[in-house]
This record gives sequence, structure tokens and C-alpha cells, in this order.
Amino acid sequence: MSSYQIASLGRGLIRSSRLRSFVRGHGVLAAAGAVVAVVVLASVCAPLIAPYDPNAVDVMAVSQGRSAAHWLGTDDTGRDILSRLLYGARLSLLAPAAVVLIAGVLSSALAVSAAWLGGWWDRTVSALLDVVFGFPGLVLAVVAAAVFGAGLTVAVVALSVAYLPYIGRVVRNAALRECQLPYVSALRMLGMSGWRICLRHVVPNLLPIALVQVTMSFGYALLDVAAFSFIGLGTQPPTAEWGLMVANGTSGILAGRPEQSLYAGVAIVVFVIACNLIGNGLSTRLQGETR
Amino acid sequence: MNRPQPLLAIDELHVTLPFKGQPRTVIQRVDLTVPAGSAVGLVGESGSGKSMTARAVLRLLPGGARTGGKILFDGADVTTMSPAALRKLRIHDVAMIFQDPRAHINPVRTIGDFLTEALVTTRGVRPRAAEATVTALLREVGIADAARRLRQRPSELSGGLLQRVMIAAALAAEPRLLLADEPTTALDVTTQAEVMAIIDEARAERGLAMLFITHDLALAAAVCDRIAVMYAGSVVEELPADRLHDGARHPYTRALLASRPAPGSGGSLRAIPGRPLPAYETGPGCAFGTRCSQAQEVCGAERPLPRSGGGGTTACHFPVDPLVPQATTGAGDRSTTHG
Amino acid sequence: MADSLPPPALEVTGLRKTFGDFTAVDDVALTIAPGGSLAVVGESGSGKTTTARMIAGLEKPTAGTIRLNGRGRPGVNARTSERREFAREVQMVFQDPYASLDRHQKIGDCIAEVLTLHTDLRGPARAARTAELLEQVGLDERHAASLPRALSGGQRQRVAIARALAVQPRLLVLDEAVAALDVSVQAQILTLLQHIREQTSVAYLFITHDLGIVRHICDEIAVMRHGRVVESGAADTVLTDPQHPYTRKLLDSVPVPGWKPSRVLATADTVPSVPGTEASKGDAGNRP
Repeated sequence: MSSYQIASLGRGLIRSSRLRSFVRGHGVLAAAGAVVAVVVLASVCAPLIAPYDPNAVDVMAVSQGRSAAHWLGTDDTGRDILSRLLYGARLSLLAPAAVVLIAGVLSSALAVSAAWLGGWWDRTVSALLDVVFGFPGLVLAVVAAAVFGAGLTVAVVALSVAYLPYIGRVVRNAALRECQLPYVSALRMLGMSGWRICLRHVVPNLLPIALVQVTMSFGYALLDVAAFSFIGLGTQPPTAEWGLMVANGTSGILAGRPEQSLYAGVAIVVFVIACNLIGNGLSTRLQGETR
Repeated sequence: MNRPQPLLAIDELHVTLPFKGQPRTVIQRVDLTVPAGSAVGLVGESGSGKSMTARAVLRLLPGGARTGGKILFDGADVTTMSPAALRKLRIHDVAMIFQDPRAHINPVRTIGDFLTEALVTTRGVRPRAAEATVTALLREVGIADAARRLRQRPSELSGGLLQRVMIAAALAAEPRLLLADEPTTALDVTTQAEVMAIIDEARAERGLAMLFITHDLALAAAVCDRIAVMYAGSVVEELPADRLHDGARHPYTRALLASRPAPGSGGSLRAIPGRPLPAYETGPGCAFGTRCSQAQEVCGAERPLPRSGGGGTTACHFPVDPLVPQATTGAGDRSTTHG
Repeated sequence: MADSLPPPALEVTGLRKTFGDFTAVDDVALTIAPGGSLAVVGESGSGKTTTARMIAGLEKPTAGTIRLNGRGRPGVNARTSERREFAREVQMVFQDPYASLDRHQKIGDCIAEVLTLHTDLRGPARAARTAELLEQVGLDERHAASLPRALSGGQRQRVAIARALAVQPRLLVLDEAVAALDVSVQAQILTLLQHIREQTSVAYLFITHDLGIVRHICDEIAVMRHGRVVESGAADTVLTDPQHPYTRKLLDSVPVPGWKPSRVLATADTVPSVPGTEASKGDAGNRP
């Protein structure tokens, strides 16, 4: 999709001149944003636009290729792949979103409190983040699944913990720098409470940095959730979910019918790339916006 | 006039830098000459374009910069110079000293490596001979235990010492022109006096010319032969340094002097309203017009061109006659420059 | 001294601060009368900023007493209520105008927040007082509605001054408050500070490396070197008739008409012209 098409798409939504100048200056960022917007919109509107019920089995149309009736074909039980992709986007996006939001809020709270209070609390938080950093998210989730049983909730909680250091370390460094700034000293001298300084002044200034980390982590979290479902410990069949769809499709690959795995895989890859591009773009803009 | 050709002659220099895709003027008009062996102070506040002028001399401007006018070094135009000639200019003819020496020395290499590298690689001096040369240079800039310093790294030296090392490095190239961009601004005042003295002595010994970039009028007046005052990308006044305190004719130069009377002088402090403007924020008229107490209607409409008089040039519609005592302006402060 | 006299705005005795083996501040004593103005002058490494930070309560003294308006200074880890109460004794303006304000807070909100914390003013009364404080430092409602990034360095420093004045402190510590500003803007801020002192009877502790500006803002001077006060007295006396060789060396280093830089300046307690091994001391680093 060219920048021009994106611009014409958005013309009705935002004042076109502003969007156009943004697209001209930030082509990649705009394209990635459009991808994310389209996918999110499609998943929200899935009941309206999906041609079939995602779980409707049609024994008469098993493992079909692309056709007018089934744009992306059907899987081995005759379910419409396009409908399952659209519905599947919901869980596939919601789960990693939950992961990065929980991890983002929790780690930012830890990071800011560590930077503000310093001393033993800072050492404890840093050590904690370092220890968690040593565990790959997937390993942590597998262990959690072994203890608490398989399921998406367990995966989300485990991955949230695993993602703490990715956001927390960056935010802590930024918070340490922020707390050293003279304006924080000035507010302390004015007798403002630590709570208020942190919540009203330090946190809002760190928000962009945390947001970049959250966006960047989102892509990886999506991959991890999908992988977790792929190995059968996350989303359970017959629920539609991209990782699970890749897994379901593997048998078809050998039979020369790679469509299901391929489409779900492409959906994952495109979305992850879009997230990383947005994260990169935001972080570049953040660096450009000096003071 | 049959004056000899100056070492450096900048003629109607105009520089734009791209900003959000549009060219933005950072230097409006700079005319400047540095005769061989003499020192010219280029004085201005932030955004005046003084550092940009120095960079333009070595064509070290940021990417996308567009230059108009001429910069003649020994008769050759730097703005149209071939890459080979430019390299020769940078290596052999012009040396630069910066405000922050620490940012211009590789922190993981020794002082000795830093100093000898250029001699060995670009001038083909043998390492042993190069070390002897730089040891002598370090002595000259007041570093007695040169042998030990050569083995140290930049982090082990104070800012004042490091700036001396930078001066030694600049002298090692045996240049004809020294570009000193705020070389003492980051230093303590006592260290500043010593570093300036070292530069002075080295220049005198070698007949080295210097373009001295600074925000400090008094310092420039003390170490230079002539002073050029920049404001909003233009040289607004150029005059002999010893005439600065009594003979300045541009209202900006006079106001700048009045906002920093010497410590024991008894002169009262007089502030200039507003803030210094960058060149791209100025209107069609005199750039200083909005802050000038003597501005009249024409000042807002027409940019004054440099006109000579009183031994220098002044770009002002209503230059002050230094011999006539000034009428009181503003809050009744006398415009005493010093006592 | 009679008991009825008001206590000094600042009284510091035996102040000392060590960082490991390094003594940054050594046995410093300073006094500022109510409404008085003292400049602490020194080069980098003289301990002047550490002294200021201890007086401001941002650094814990190793030894010594700090009394502001006759009251002992609460420690670095004092409770919020204690700090809030003590805020009226001393406020501070910092060197870097670009880091002295919360970059996401509008100027007006910045002042209003302080007023909410320290006064009963709310609504229109608070808005009026905010405007009054900004006007006092030469800013108007247009500035009040803007973020710090829309302001120049000098304007930001004005905001920092207004924010400090909002609590009507008895002592204002100005830590190199004009060092990062352009020469023409420095004069504006110094003039502003002169006016404010005439109007409000606030006392100044003016920390600076710049001998050229102290006379315009201070009645008294204390010259610091290597953590100690080497000379102090009335500003005019110290500037025109310095007694200590180091003060003389400092004054001789300031470029004035007729000045020539000299390599070896007269100094009794020698640091030879090749100062020693200490890293990254000896540069003031005051300009951006």
C-alpha cells in the first residue's frame, strides 16, 4: 500500500493536510501504523466482515484451496481460514497486549520506586530484574504451565513476569536520570511529597520511554504467545488463534497444503514487524524531541 | 589599496541549513579578513553564527548546508576547493581548537598516540622523531612531565591540561591559521588566563594567525588585534581591538559592553531587553532593531549594510559617535562602558 | 549582639563534607543578615556548590551546623511535612535552565501547583497570584500557557525564580543561576534579582565562578578554594583591595581593558602553572 493510498484513506478521518505531511515525513511509521490499525479494526469487526462462523465445520469442504466461496481456503475440518484469521486476531492480539500492559505498569512502578527510594529497595529491584532477565519468557511459561496447567491465562501471567526486565531496566535507567534533574530537587525543596513528585512529574516524563518499550515488546510477546499456543500449552482448540492455526496447519504442510500455517504465519510476521517499526519510529522521534 | 593579500578573507558569506526540508539561514552576511600573523576575535552570543563561520572556513558544515559568497584562504576559494586541496588545507594550513577537548580526543588511546598519529600518518615523520617533536611541544604549552603525560589517557588529565594537549596537537601541524572556537569557555578563569597566554606565546613565536571565536568581548579585546561582533548571523561591527571600549559605534556592541562592566570599574549594569535571535528569525530590517534603544522606523524596514568609519566598519543606520557623550536612555543609566 | 535582633537569614558554622577520602568542604562558616546578599566565589572543585546543596538540604553535611532564620535545618530524609514547613526558609535556583522545569508542565501550572501546596489560594485568587508572580519576573499570561520548551533559557530561569518566590522564602540560593545564559540575558536576570531583593527583602546566597557579576548582586563576598573560605568581607573591599593572594590571582585573571594573559600569575600558596594529576577538576564546565 503506497503512502498516497494511506493518505487518501485517512483523509476523511483526520485533516488531510496534517496527515499528508506526517506521511511524507514518516512513511514507514505511517505504513506500519496503517497495518496495525487495519488488523485491529478487522479483529474488532470480525463478526461483521467474516464470511463464516470461525468454528463452523463443513465436512463437504475440507482442505480446499482458494476459491470464491473461501478466499483463503479451508482447513482440515472445513473451517474457513479467512474467518478464523479474523477472529483469531482477537486473542492473538489481546493476549500479548495484556502481557505488555501488565509488565509495563508493574515494571514501571518497580523502576520508578527503585530510582526514587534507592538503597536496598533499588538493589532488590535491580537484582530481581536481572534474575528474571536470565529466563527466556517461553521457558518461564512452560514451567508455569507444568505447575498450574495449560491455558492462556497462565501463559499471560508467566509472560508478564518474563517481560518485566525488558521494560523495567530501561525505565529504571531513565528514572534514575530523571530524578537527578534539578527540577526534582526544586520540587523536593518546595516540600512536595515523593508520591506526588513521582506520579505527577517523573512518571509523565518517562511515559514516552515506557511506551516505546511496550510497543517494541508487544511484537515479541505476540510471537511468544503464538509459540506457546503452537506447542499446545496456550490457547486450546477449537478456539481460533494464530499460533494455534500455525500448529494445526503443520500436518497439511507435508501434504502439500501449507495455506493455513502460511497465512497465520504471515499474519504473525507482518504484525510483529509493524510493531517493531512503530517502536523504532517512536524511539527515533523521542530522541529528536530534545527537551 | 595595495595592501598585501590577507591570509583569510571571507566575503559576503551566507549559509543555510536544511530544517524540515526548508533551507534556513544561519549566516546572513559575514565579511571578515585575517591578515597573516594577526589575531581576529569573532564575538557573539548563542545563535549568532560565530561557530558556524569557523566551521565554514574548513567546510565542516553539517550535511545539506548551502554556502554563498567566498572564503579565500591564501587566495584559494575554500567553498569550491577540490577534495585533495581541502584535505591539504585541513592537514597543513588550518588547525582548530574546540571548546570541549574531551569530546575531540579518543578516550581509549593515550595522549602520545593522539599527538603523534597525525605526524606519522600524514606527514611521514618517523615515530621516534614525532615523539621528540610532541615532547618539545608539550613543554612549550607548559606541560613539564611530558614523558609521563604521553602515556596517560584523556580521562587522567584535567580539562585545562587537556586543552593544552589540544593546543600542542594544533601546533604540531605547523599551520598558518589557528581556529580557536571558545577554547577557554569550559575552563576556570585562572586556567583561562594561562591557556590564553600559552596561545599568545605560541602565536608570537610562529607568526601564526588566529580566528578566535568567543562570547567574551573583554577576553577577545585582550588577546586579538581586531574584533568582529556578530549578531543574528551577520557581522554588525568590525574594529581594532584597542578601540573596542572607547570607539565602538554599533549599539549592539555598546550594549554588550554595558551588560558586563569590569569587576572593579564601578560601571553599572545595563541589560539589553529581549533575547539574541538566530538569523532565520529576523525580519527584513536590522536584526538588532527590536532590541535597540535607538531604533527608528527605517531600522525595521531596511537592513543596514556595513559602512566604514572610525577605523572599522559598522552595519547600522544610526551608528553612535563615540566622541559625543550619550544621552541617557532607558531608566536613566549612564552608558558608561568602563571606568 | 542584643537578643531582640532578628536572627540571621543564614548562619553556617564548621560545615564539613567528605566524600570518602576527599574533603569537598572544610570548616566553612558563613553568615547572611536578613535581606542580605552574599556571593560565594570559587573555581571548580572549590566546594561552593556542595556548600550550597547542603544549605539547601539536598546534601547531608558530614559535620557542622546550618541555621536558617535561627532554626536548624532538617535532614535530607526529613518528612514531607517538615520539608514543606521549611520550604519558606530557603529555596534554590539551579544552573541549568533546561533541566530546572518539568518539561511537561505548563508554566502557569508550575506556579499554581506550588501555591496550592503552600497557600489557601484557590480558583481565581490563585490565578491572580500566579499572574502576579510571573509579572514580577517579567513574564505574562502568554508565557503562563506555554510549555518550557517554548521559552528561552533566560525566560526559563525567570520561571524558576518565580517558582522559588511563590513560597516567599527568606533565603534564595542561586547556584550559578546565570552562568548558562547569554551575556545580554545575564544582565537582565541580574537586574531582575536586584529589583526583587529591593521589593521583597529576600536574602541571597549567590554561588558563582564569575567575579565580573558579583558586585552587581551582592554586598558581601566569600572566596572559596579547596573547600575552605580563604577571604571574605564587603564586596567592594574584596574586589578593590584583595588581601589573600588567591583572591588577587582570581581578580588578575579576569579580562579587563588593558589586561594581558600571563602564564604565571602571582600567587603565594603555589599551585604551579602545571596543576597536578587530578582528573576533570579545573574545568568549570559552566556553559552548554
